Order: sequence, then structure tokens, then C-alpha cells
Amino acid sequence: MSSKGYIALLLFVLLGFAGVWRLQEHIDRQQSAVESEDDQLMLRSSKLVKGLSLEYAPLMADIYWTRVVQYFGNKQAGNQVDLRLLWPLLDVTTVLDPELMPVYHFGSTFLSDASPRGAGRPDLAVELLERGLRANPDEWRLYYDLGFVYYFDMKDYAKASAALYEGSKNPKAFIWMKAMAAKIATEGNSTETSNFLWQDVYNTTKDPLVKQNALRHLQLLRAEDDRKQIDAVADEYQKRFGRRPVRMSELVQSGLLRGAPVDALGYPYTLSEAGKAELNLKTPLRERWIKAPASK
Amino acid sequence: MTRIGTVALNTFREAVRDRVLYNLVFFALVMMASAILVGQISVGIEQIVIVTLGLSAISIIGLLISVFIGVGLVSKEIDKRTLYALLAKPLRRWEFILGKFAGLALTLTVNTAAMSAGLFLALFYVKHSIERADTAVLVAVYFILLKLALVVALAMLFSCFTTPLLAILFTAGLYVAGLFIHEMRGMQSGLIDPVLGRLLRWISYLLPNFENFDVMGAAAHGRVIPGMLIAENTVYAALYCAIVLAVAMAIFSQRNLK
Amino acid sequence: MTAIDPFGMNVNNESMAEPAIDIEDLTKDYPYGFLHLKKRRSLENLTMQVQAGEVFGFLGPNGAGKSTTIKLLMRLIFPTAGSARILGKPISDIAMHRDIGYLPEQPYFYDYLTAAEVLDYFARFHDFTTAERRERVQRMLEKVGLESVGRVQLRKYSKGMLQRVGLAQAILHDPAVVVLDEPMSGLDPVGRREVRDIILELKKQGKTVLFSTHILSDAEMLCDRVGVIVGGKLQGVGAPSELVGLQAQGIEILFELPASGATGGDLLAQATQTGDRYRLQVEEIGLYAAMQRLQAAGAKVLSVTQVKPSLEEYFMHLVEADRAQAAAVEVRPK
Repeated sequence: MSSKGYIALLLFVLLGFAGVWRLQEHIDRQQSAVESEDDQLMLRSSKLVKGLSLEYAPLMADIYWTRVVQYFGNKQAGNQVDLRLLWPLLDVTTVLDPELMPVYHFGSTFLSDASPRGAGRPDLAVELLERGLRANPDEWRLYYDLGFVYYFDMKDYAKASAALYEGSKNPKAFIWMKAMAAKIATEGNSTETSNFLWQDVYNTTKDPLVKQNALRHLQLLRAEDDRKQIDAVADEYQKRFGRRPVRMSELVQSGLLRGAPVDALGYPYTLSEAGKAELNLKTPLRERWIKAPASK
Repeated sequence: MTRIGTVALNTFREAVRDRVLYNLVFFALVMMASAILVGQISVGIEQIVIVTLGLSAISIIGLLISVFIGVGLVSKEIDKRTLYALLAKPLRRWEFILGKFAGLALTLTVNTAAMSAGLFLALFYVKHSIERADTAVLVAVYFILLKLALVVALAMLFSCFTTPLLAILFTAGLYVAGLFIHEMRGMQSGLIDPVLGRLLRWISYLLPNFENFDVMGAAAHGRVIPGMLIAENTVYAALYCAIVLAVAMAIFSQRNLK
Repeated sequence: MTAIDPFGMNVNNESMAEPAIDIEDLTKDYPYGFLHLKKRRSLENLTMQVQAGEVFGFLGPNGAGKSTTIKLLMRLIFPTAGSARILGKPISDIAMHRDIGYLPEQPYFYDYLTAAEVLDYFARFHDFTTAERRERVQRMLEKVGLESVGRVQLRKYSKGMLQRVGLAQAILHDPAVVVLDEPMSGLDPVGRREVRDIILELKKQGKTVLFSTHILSDAEMLCDRVGVIVGGKLQGVGAPSELVGLQAQGIEILFELPASGATGGDLLAQATQTGDRYRLQVEEIGLYAAMQRLQAAGAKVLSVTQVKPSLEEYFMHLVEADRAQAAAVEVRPK
């Protein structure tokens, strides 16, 4: 073929692919209109998928897990994603390969985290972890995760303690799990415990998303502490001046606070109408705070 | 032009006389019939089963034909040396490629039409009526045809420069890859190295996207498929086929036959 | 290289007509080995002409490059160097294919078609009306003796029958140049005779025929000229008789000696004896002298014939020369 012919062919191919790219974008838009949840119908049946996978079930599990991550990642990226599909996906993945640890670990997090961040289903997280423990009794980390879910999301301190205690029986477990089990059994919820647990996550995890999440939790705990302290100051103010303070500046001016207190991200706290300390309207921590447990 | 047509019709004639094709079509029709049976067992989703099973059968059989016969279009003629006398005629090499493609495309159209007729018969038997919503099934069949044409083009391309076995593997591989474009896109959610993410994005747009043609859900549930999508998919398939065939024709025109 | 006339010019040197097939410096390398880095030269600088209207035999042992040359002409493979023209047009001109017919080596056709259908299929690439096409197909079937099995699928054909179908499709469109690659292979003597007759008929019609073969007797019988190719190189071109004329010609005397012991002496020593008869080979110049001596010895001369070496000997001579050269090349260190 002549060099002219080659050039013509190359041009055609390049232009063609450019056209293909453009078209694809159009088609993508069209397709999202056509797609719907129903498409997932057949794939929800974990038994069916397992059957169809023949001997490739673990491979399918990997693919499904990638899907879950992408799914959740999409949510984090701010896209509209319905987390109700998360459980079926996790269900199928763990049926396909019951030994895929990250699925239980991260999956339980995605499930138990309160909406809109997570699916807000700690009960399903528990089920997932228990399934994991049935298949992998030696995995003490699942007890750790279980303890987490019970403590933070379900506030069932008895069960949280029990889980941590079970896990601590394994010689490879974290050393502090036994002591923590005892502490929770006696004290229930405490800032100290919470702080410790989240700090541990922050220190040990290698995943940037999880680390960031732990940091958020720590910042919120600090905010809780701060709020309590500010409330105590406000009470003091009330004792002295006979009314609740309405602005933070009043507390500062009265000399009870040295300066306008700020949260971990640098946003100053405000006072509500009832004179209670609150997170600044603009702080990113607020997103979590609304759904966070009410202060005790 | 008539030379291409001559090659095409001969290819069609070869397919018609190949008994394997009849067996496959027969098998598909048996599936339609059994779909009716299966539908009886699962209450309430008779139609859905018929449509999904029927479309799956049409798709799978069509794919088998497209890949295996598609690869053989060129390689069989070279192996068996039937091509030698043919190329001594006033027939250009690229006309040969186009003619072969057209012939198999025609074959697939006829086969698919026959199987779809069976599908609609099964549907009619169960529903006792054909409604507007069933046009979605027709569109789904059309999309399957578009997809098959693209697979044939790919099969021909690979068979022009590799062995038949490798051609089959590459074609099948590309097809499967083309079903996971969605996953590839999702992978750019910041969880991986950005350079890799960029590369994946490019690949995800340039690979033949076979997900485009997947409307089985819509067809099964009688949802309307937008005309815009039909038009765009048609253009997409035509354009991509043109690219693939152009490269195939170029390669074949340079090839030394042994 | 023992070539009389590598450019074959002494045959038609009065007509400056363009040769039907004009090959110039045609070379073909095949890459082989890992990563295709090494090259095997299967044809080297072939320069050859086939004049219009002649039957040209392309001779050579297996693997010499005959098929390669023909495939290059038919554009089934592409040359590494050199060029060729058929009927004045370059081989890259696809329109030129209207005027050539080709029978490939060991032809095979679509076995799901009948002979009539195959011929019809091939005929469609030429501009015939439907009626013309049908008539031609029928005529060709009769010509190659297949009219009785014209409606039978080719998968049931024997090798000889396939060869005939191949021949039919090569001449169906009345081409000016017919190229046949080993047309006699796989045929029984009857089949070979038929092919020979067809080739002669083509010649009578004024067509140019180029065919390759390794059956030398066919070449001797049919060809106006032959080209001998060995080891990828053209070794000689010319009329068969001229080529073999290279060998030393001599005279063979067949004689008997009378019972009485005659003084043949040294002559007898040179002769080969079979029973009572002796054969003595002498050079032309020495014929007279030998005859005198034999007469003097009282021998009874039975016959005097010219020794004509066959094409086969010439051929073998060339093949051995090429092998020796190749062996010599291998011994040389790299």
C-alpha cells in the first residue's frame, strides 16, 4: 500500500475513533435513562450467581467486590447512588468467596455508617460480620469490627463488650481488646473509649479513606468534649448573669473564655437560641454531627 | 459493487448449506419452547422469562456464529486454498473482505430473524396478544444484530493476521472486555494511581462498548427504548465496523499468502 | 551457470512485440526464525520473458521457486524486489486479471458447491450476461469431461476431477494468458493426456501458456521453450532441444563382431558389450576413423545413431551443480 494509502487509513482510523468517543458519551446519557434497578434482579440471588460462576466463584467475588468499591467510591465522589443495593452486593460477594476479609471489614463500615454517608444499617453489618465469623472463626479482626458496630452504631454495650472479649481470646489479637471489653462492660459509652478506638483505627489503617473517616470521628469527639465544656461555661455564665448567653462573644467578654473557641477544623463554635453550644453552620463536621448520637 | 455482492451471496450460500447453523437455530427454538414451560413454573414472570431466555439464546448463538464463522471467513479460505483461484480474478482484496462480511451479516440477519419469530410466537402463545410494549423486544433483537456485526468485523480483523485460534481468543476477549466498560469507568474514583486512571479512561472509551447494546432489562419489562438511543447505537456500530474493516482490508491487502 | 540464452531473445528476435509475460529482477525473500529476523531467499533476480502465443514450460525440482514465481505473478504474494508485467500491464493492475487464467497447485474449491456452481461463481467476476455465463459453464464442463457430474458437490470429487475443475475455471473466460501451476500433478495417464490436449488446443487458439512442472517428458513434448530454475535462480532458457544440445554430442555405433576373434583391440575396450552386440561411443570427428577400423576388424555395423542426451540429464546436471554450490557455501565459515 502506498504511503498515501497508509496516511489515509490512519486519518480515517483516528477520526473514526474520535467519532466513536463522542457517540459513546451520547449513548451513555441515553443508557442511564433506560437502566433501572430491575436490571439487578437476577443478580441479587447469591445462590444463582454462585451457580452461574461454576468454578470461578472466587474470581466473581473479586469482581463483585470491585463493584462494591466502585459503587461506594461513586457515592464518595458525590454521585447519586442508592446504597440499598449495597447489601445485596455484599451478600453475593461473601457467598461467592467467604474468605475475602476486606469485604467484611469495609462492608460492615459501609453498611453501619449512618446515612447519607453509609447505608445506615448496622443490623446488616452485624449479620455480615457474623457470617464472616462463621466462615472464618480464627479471624479475630471480625470481632473487633463487630465490637465497633455494636459500640458506635447500635449502642449495645453489652454485646460490644462480649465481641471484644471473644476476639481478645485469640493470641494474635490486639492486646488492649480484653481490657477494653471490661471497660465497656462497666462504663458503657465513654469518650475515652471512643477516642481510643478511633485513634487505634487512625494509627493502624493503611487506607486513606478509612484514615480520614477515623480522623473525622476523632474531631467530632473533640467537638463533643468542647461543646460540653462550653456548656459548662455557659452554665457558669447563667449563674453569674442570670440568663443564658446568646452569643459566644458574651462568654469571651465576660472573661470566662479566653478566646472564641474553634473546632478541630478552625471553625468557631456558636451558641443556639437555648444557649447551648453548637457547631458552626459552615463547618464540614456538621454533616456528621446532625446524625451523630445526641450528647449524653 | 456486484463483485462484493457475488462474494457476499456465495458466503451466504455456504452458511445456508452448513448444517451446523440449522442445528443452532433449532436449538434456539427449543429454548423458546422450554421458556414457556419454565415460565409456567415461576408464577407471574412468564413473559419476563420468555423474553430474557429468548434474547439470551439469540444473543449467545449469534455470538458463537459470529466468532467462529467470522474467524473462519478468511482463515478457511487461506488454509483450504480456495482463495488462490479467486484472487486471480479481477477481484480486489478489499472487495473480498467486504463481501465476506456482508455475507455473514446477511446470514446472521436471517438466523436472528428466524429465532426472533420463534420468540414472538412463544410470547404470543403466552400472552395471546402483542402490544406496543413488545416493540422493545424487537429493538433488543436489532441491538443484538448490531452487536453481532461488530463482533464479526473484529473476528475478521484478527483472522487477517493471526492464527484462527488466537483470533477466536482475541475476539472473545475483546467482547468480554467490552461488557465491563462500566467497571473501568468506575475505577477512576480516586482509588488508584491517576496516570493509570487516565489510561483506563481512554481505553474505556476506545474499546468497543458492548454494554451499549444491552437492553434486556428494558425489553423484559416492556419499557420504551428511546429512538435517540436506537439511532446512536446504529451509528456507533456502523462507525466502529467501518474502522475495524478498514484496518482489516488494509492488512489483508498486504498479506503474503502461503 | 550453463545458460545458452538467458533472455530468450533468439527465438523471436525478428518481432519486437511486447512479451506476454515480462519478468524483471524478481526477487522474493521469506523471513523466518524467531522474530522473523532471518531471511530465506526463495527467488533471486529472475529475469525472463514469455512471448505471446508460445507454450512456456517452467521446470525445476521441488522448492526451486516455480510456484513462488507464479504466485508472485498472480499477486498472491508480493515481491521483495523487481517487477513483472503481463500483457504490458503491471501485475498490480487488477483489471489485467480479466485476461489471465490461473490454475493453482493442488486446487481446492468450495466443497459444498457443485462444479457447475463453482464455475458459475468464478464466471460472475467477469462481465458476461447470464445467458453467456450459463453457456460457457456448460461448454467448459464438457471440455474437461465433467458434464455428467456437474451437479455433484465437489466434496465427492477425486483429485483428478478437481484438477479438471481448476483447469475449467482457468480458461472459462477465454483469457489471453493462461498460467498453470503443476497442471498434471495427481492425474492418471489419461488425465494427463487430456490436459496436454487442452494445452495444445490453447496454443492453437493463439493463447500464451505458462506452466510449471517437474515432469520433464511433458515439457519436452509440449513446450516451445522452457526455463529451468534451480535453487531460486534461473539456470537456463531456451527450446528444449537447444538446452540439451549443451551436452557433448556424440555418435553411437552399434555393431557385432564375427565369431572369429578380430583385432578390435582398443576399440573393444571402449565399447560396452551386451551379448554379441557392442556399443561404441565416439565423437563426431572421430566417426570416420572408427568406422574404418571396425570395417577392418570385420565388424558388422548394425546402426549409427546420434547420442541425444535427455532433458533429464541436463536437469540432473544442473541440480547437482546447484547442490554442490550450496554445500560449498555452507562449509564457508560465517
